[in-house]
Parts: sequence; structure tokens; C-alpha cells
Amino acid sequence: MKKIKVIKIDVDKCNGCRACEAICSAFHAEPKYSSTNPEKSRIRVLFDPLRDIYVPVLAGEYTEAECNGRDTYTIDGKVYDECSFCRASCPSRNLFKDPDSGLPLKCDMCEAEPPLPEPLCVQWCLSDALTYEEREEEGEEEERPNEMEIGLEVLVKKYGAEKVMDTLARVSKG
Amino acid sequence: MRYAETGVNLEIDLSRGSIEKEGTDPKLTELYLGGLGTNAKILWDRVPPETKPFDPDNLLIFSAGLLAGTPAPGANRTIVSTFSPQTLLMAYSIMGGFWAPELKFAGYDKVIIRGKSPKLVYLWINNDKVEIRDASHLQGKGCQETEELIKQELKEPKAQVATIGLAGENRVYFASIEQGRSSASRGGIGAVMGDKGLKAIAVRGTKDVNIAQPAEFFELCSGVLKYIQNRADNPIKGVPPILAGLGSPQEMSIHDEQWHTASFAWGNARVRRKDFWNKEIEKQWMEIQDKAVERLISCYNCPMKCGGIITHPKLERYMMKCYSKLTYTMAAMSDLDFGFKIAGLAQEYGVDGYTTPQVMAFALELYEAGILTDKDLPGFPSDNEERFFWLLEKIVRREGIGDVLAEGVYWAARKIGKGAEAYDHNTIKKHEQIPIKLGVLNPIYYIMWSTGEKINITQIEGQIPQAPFLTKEEREEFVSDWVQVPNEKFKEFVLNWEPRTLPYYPTIEASCELVEWQETMHYIDDATGICAGLSSFPIKPPYHIHNLPSFISLATGMDIDEAKLWQIASRNRTLIRAINVRKGMRRIDEKPPEDHWRKRFPEMEVKLLDDYYKFKGWNNEGIPTKETLDKLDLDYAGQDLEQRGIYKEKKVKVAKRDSKKEKSQGNKK
Repeated sequence: MKKIKVIKIDVDKCNGCRACEAICSAFHAEPKYSSTNPEKSRIRVLFDPLRDIYVPVLAGEYTEAECNGRDTYTIDGKVYDECSFCRASCPSRNLFKDPDSGLPLKCDMCEAEPPLPEPLCVQWCLSDALTYEEREEEGEEEERPNEMEIGLEVLVKKYGAEKVMDTLARVSKG
Repeated sequence: MRYAETGVNLEIDLSRGSIEKEGTDPKLTELYLGGLGTNAKILWDRVPPETKPFDPDNLLIFSAGLLAGTPAPGANRTIVSTFSPQTLLMAYSIMGGFWAPELKFAGYDKVIIRGKSPKLVYLWINNDKVEIRDASHLQGKGCQETEELIKQELKEPKAQVATIGLAGENRVYFASIEQGRSSASRGGIGAVMGDKGLKAIAVRGTKDVNIAQPAEFFELCSGVLKYIQNRADNPIKGVPPILAGLGSPQEMSIHDEQWHTASFAWGNARVRRKDFWNKEIEKQWMEIQDKAVERLISCYNCPMKCGGIITHPKLERYMMKCYSKLTYTMAAMSDLDFGFKIAGLAQEYGVDGYTTPQVMAFALELYEAGILTDKDLPGFPSDNEERFFWLLEKIVRREGIGDVLAEGVYWAARKIGKGAEAYDHNTIKKHEQIPIKLGVLNPIYYIMWSTGEKINITQIEGQIPQAPFLTKEEREEFVSDWVQVPNEKFKEFVLNWEPRTLPYYPTIEASCELVEWQETMHYIDDATGICAGLSSFPIKPPYHIHNLPSFISLATGMDIDEAKLWQIASRNRTLIRAINVRKGMRRIDEKPPEDHWRKRFPEMEVKLLDDYYKFKGWNNEGIPTKETLDKLDLDYAGQDLEQRGIYKEKKVKVAKRDSKKEKSQGNKK
């Protein structure tokens, strides 16, 4: 069995206080809690009060390229902007990037030793817009191949190992 | 490195168009903490008493509280200070919201504005980059509208914008500065902003705010949240629902308005309607409110939900603060739907939600009394609610009678004459008070209404129950976990409080101590930027005199204990008094309206002021003595008052003061 950690987000309950941003940035400061800066938070509340839109979003994977197209969602008559629910740190927007280094930020569920009972954004959300759940799922806790391995595997399947190696040698010289 | 504060102020001269960044002296933080405290020091040093509110040399200071931007829950206040065109004294108003933390993240503690811009401008603070930008296209725009336009123009949806509306541009004496769901409304500071030609200040910051002792500070902050959660599950027993919880009164979620509608006066602070609240009204108002309030919202890093997003078929969505829901409703003797309708519009024009309805109800009374006639009010509608909308439009544009009413009840009454002065029955120090008219004099409140430096009772009162508990058991239960009291002695106030003992309970001596406790807590909040709703205002708040020294010490690295913190609050409080004394405020100005209580006790009232002044180390004119000022490290203020001959002057007499020599600021540019 493997353990899945879930932060459940109820946008209807969000009061837009951004305590989650404050405490996330403090937790990830070095040393811990030594500074606060919502821009360094791995959770941001995308909000637009005059349209009654409040969406807490947790930082997900870094992506090098932006999407080719964009979506909007209309829920209960409210139009949510493109990218509202997207977790990626991506070139199309200034979100989930460290303001000093530009490096992508990603939610780590507040990994700590000893482990916290719940991620801090959840603990600090007294409105219960954020709640935490752990569940067990079928299957082994397996070592997942990293991104580069996945990518290379795809290329090898498609072009053959030799061609990939040749190309790799050529481009890495440049 | 500086902790909690940034150590940098922005100095903006709008006459010259100059922008400077000034490092601040850490010694001033030790003496005055920040926020209101350091604002007062700057105003004392740099604005001489001869400077008029609309002179270019008057300063308008926006300050983040010392702890704003740290993880301390509810530390988000912006303290705006200047000199008021209405009271001619130091004006001070604070707002929650998101502006102060953003300013800290941009790298500044204060924005100090001097001079006047020849044309309308706005200020754009984007981390290190600060610019004065043209705002001619924003002239006449509403507050919310301006905020949106500026964010679009700058392509910065995360910018926080503090702005004035039409009322501020037209220098209405009760114009507010609005910021999202919050506003700094009292004392006409929006008029000073408008006079300076400053439409808005937009700010965006992406820097760190540092904490000196992080792990310990984090533990304290978590404790506050746990306490808040616990209080939400266990409201205080035996008090009305509005007083049982934390935060500003939870007006956006509470439906039971028995307490406000029965205790506060309707119309021009005129009528008590003790029987107004009934089942039918309750049902009707509940429906109106549930339809109007779309979401409960908060200020930065605070779990309390004191604000609401309001939808109304006649209006754009807007954000409402706690009590403006009822001020218009009750001034117009109308219903809640009217309140929601007009408050949204008034906020867009940027006017104070307390003063504005009273000024309009005052005008209506003058009309009904024949002092204002159809000639003064051409086109005045016959419908009651329409009249309020009509008056609002005139006031914010300073059109016709609106030009007179735009200066508030005190000045308008004197300009209108013909007996209008008699209808000015709810101002203290020329400022409209909360509309409350009660039965028997309350000694604690007598002192607070009279001597409060902040002109507004909600910024002075707090902490203590408003009525006695009936049984011994209830009293004992109440004090059993009352850890917030400065010492055990204060518990006696509740334990020995019997019904119907006013005005002789508590004793004058105890009243002095209770007042000092209440106002001290407010002065601490106004320096730290922690919201009064979690600290000085409600009963049994999470922040109190025993834990605030740790919050401040751990955040800043300074070594502050209870005695030191009390001393700082006294210093700030006394400095503000010295500023106002230097502006001419004297004992004669310190009195509640004559009809504030039905039963008055003139001899006792004299003694209350005598004893309170003595208790505070002030002379019999309410002027802090030189010794008092020396003891608080304010010797410079004592020397100044002495040099000006203020200690030697004779008692100011009523007749002299009430002469028509006093001048309003006028409305000419």
C-alpha cells in the first residue's frame, strides 16, 4: 500500500486572508520561520473579490513551456480565468518562482523531521478552505523514474537508442 | 539587519516631485515602537502648530504597524496620521486590509507625504522602484473603480491600492481613504490626501520581513490561532451575541441586531427604539442579509471574517466592513436593504460611514425644523430614502447645501446659523460620535468620551463587559479565566458590580485605572498594527498585556517587558496629547454632548476630570506637566510647551472659546 497525501481545497470557504501564504513562506525560510514573504510561498490565493473568485492553488511541477491554448471555466455563472486552477510554475505567469533567484517553487507538503501532523497552510486555515487527508491506495510505494528518465525512454522508443545517443553527443557539444 | 520593521521610510514631496528613501533611527523604535507612535513623533518634530491642515507643509503619513507583515495573526494595520481639517487636531485613522504588509514586503515602514501636487497624481511603489504618476484620467473615479483601473494599468493584479474617491478630491471633511475591504475614515484624512493632489498609493512588494527569534515567535503565533479557534467554539456566556466573540463585531454574519437597534440612537442620534427589534424584523432582515452577503472575508493573515462581499441588484459587487451596515439604515430610520444600497455608493465616493449618515440626518432635521428650506434644497425629493441619496450626491460634489454639509455637523451648524447649532448635539471636539444616548452617567465612559485623544470611542474602549452579571456564580465564572487583566485587582470590577449602581460604581479611582488599561491596549495596537478586533477591543482577546511584550521582543530582538511596554504606550498617548495641546486643545473641549446621558452629575463630572488628569500627571487644564513629560523621555515636548507659555496661560473660558473666531479650513484651493 502507498500513502497519498491530499490537501482538499474548498473555494467556497476561502476568506482570502492569505494566512496560508504567510505561514508557508515562513516555514520554508532558512532558518525556519526567520522571514515572511508571500511571494516565496508555495501556495497562493488567486483572488478577485469583485467577481467573488477565491482560489487557493498549491505549487506543482515546473514546466519549461507554456500551454498552446488556454481554458476558462464557468462555474455557477462565475468565469474563472485561464490558469486559475493550474499548479504549474510556468513561463506564462509570475507565480511560484522565487523572487530573488527565479527558481521554481514547489509544494512539499511541509516535509519535516519529525513530520508535522498536517501541512502548515492547512493548520493555519481556520476557515477550513484547506483540509488535509491521507489515504492508502493499492500498489507498492515504488521508486518512480525521474523526469529525465521518462523523457529519454520516450525518445529511445521512438528513435532507437543509437540515434538518441548520437544526437545527445552532438547537441551537448554545442 | 532590522527585524519586524524594514528601517526605511519613503519621503515624498509632491510639490517638488521628489522621492527619497530615508533610513530610520532604531532608537525611535525603542521609544515609540512604530505605527501611530513614530507617526506622532514625526508630526511633533516636523509640523508646527501654526501649520493648517490644508497647508502644503502638513504631512500625511501612511505607516505600517511594527508587526505588520510578520506571521502574527491580525497584524495588518495601516495607520494614517495627519492634521484634521474638521477637528483641527491630530487626525488618526487606521485600516486593515492588505496594504501595510505589502508596504513592508516592498521594503518600507512608512510613506511620508508632504507638499501638494499641481495636478492629480498617484504613487506607484514597486519594491525599489517608486514613481509619481499622472492620475488625471482617474479624476472623479470611485474608489473601487480607481483600484481596478490602477491594477490594470500597471498590469499588477497583486498590487494593493489605497485611494480616495470624489469626496476626498473635493476635500469633504469626512472623506475616507479606501483600500479593498478596509478604509481609514475618521477625521477627514481623505480630504488631506485630496488637498495634496494625491489620488492613490499603489504598492507591490516581494521582499522578506525578518524575525529575530523565529522558532519562539512562530510558537506564540500558533498559540493565538489556537486561542481564536477555542473562542469560536466557546463564546463568552451572559453577554449579547455581538460581544461574545472576537474580531470587529461580526456584522456580516450575525443576524441578531437587538443590541445595536435598541442601544444606539436612530435619526440624527435622536431616537431610541427599544421595541424596534421583533420576530418579523428579524426574519425580514435575515433574508435581506443572506441575500446580500455573498462571502465572508478577512484582512491579511487573520481568520476573523469581519467583512463581506455584498451583491445587490442595484450595485456592482462591493466589500463591506462591519458596522456601516447599520449606520445609514438607522440614520435614515429605514431598513437594512437601504443600508446595503447606500453604503456601497458612499464607499465608492469615499466617505466615513459614521459621520456621513449623521450629517445627512442632521440636514433632514434642519429641513423639518424649517431652518433649511426648499430654497436651500432645490429639488429635494419627498421620499425619505431618496433624500439621503440626494444629500450624498450634493455633499461629495460640494454642490449647493452640500458644500456646507461637507464640513460636518459642527461647522455646518455654525455656517447655517438660525439656531442650527442646537441640532449639533452629538459631536465632541467638532467630530461626530457614535450615535448613543443613554440613561445614567457612566464614570468610565465619561472619562473616555471626554479625554479620548482619538476622537472615537471604539478606538478607546474595550476589554470590559458592558453590563454587570446578575449572579455571583456568573461573575466568578467570568473572571476565572480572565487572564487579560493587568493584575488581579481588576477582577474586582466585575465581581462587585451590581445592577443599577451608576454613576457611583466603579469609584472614580477605579474608573481612572480601568480607562488607562483600555486606552493603553489601544495605543499598543496602534503601534504594532495588530487589529483591535483581536486585541484591545473585544472581551478576553488573544493578545494582551502579558503576551504582547513577548511578541514584540521576539519579533524585533528588542528587550521589552510589561513595564516597558506600558511605558511606551503612555509615552505615545502623552505625546499625542502634547501635540493637541500645542494645537490649542484644552479642558473646555473635553466634554461629552449634553444629552449623552439623561441623568447628569455636574459636580461628579468635574471631579472625574480633575482626578483623571491628576492620575495621568496632567495639570488641571489637561496639559501633561513638565515632570510627566520628562519622566516619559518627552522632555523636548515639555520645553516646547513651556517656551510657548502654555503652562502659564489662564483658564480658557467657555464664552471666549464659543466665539465665532474659530475658523474652518474653508474650501478654497
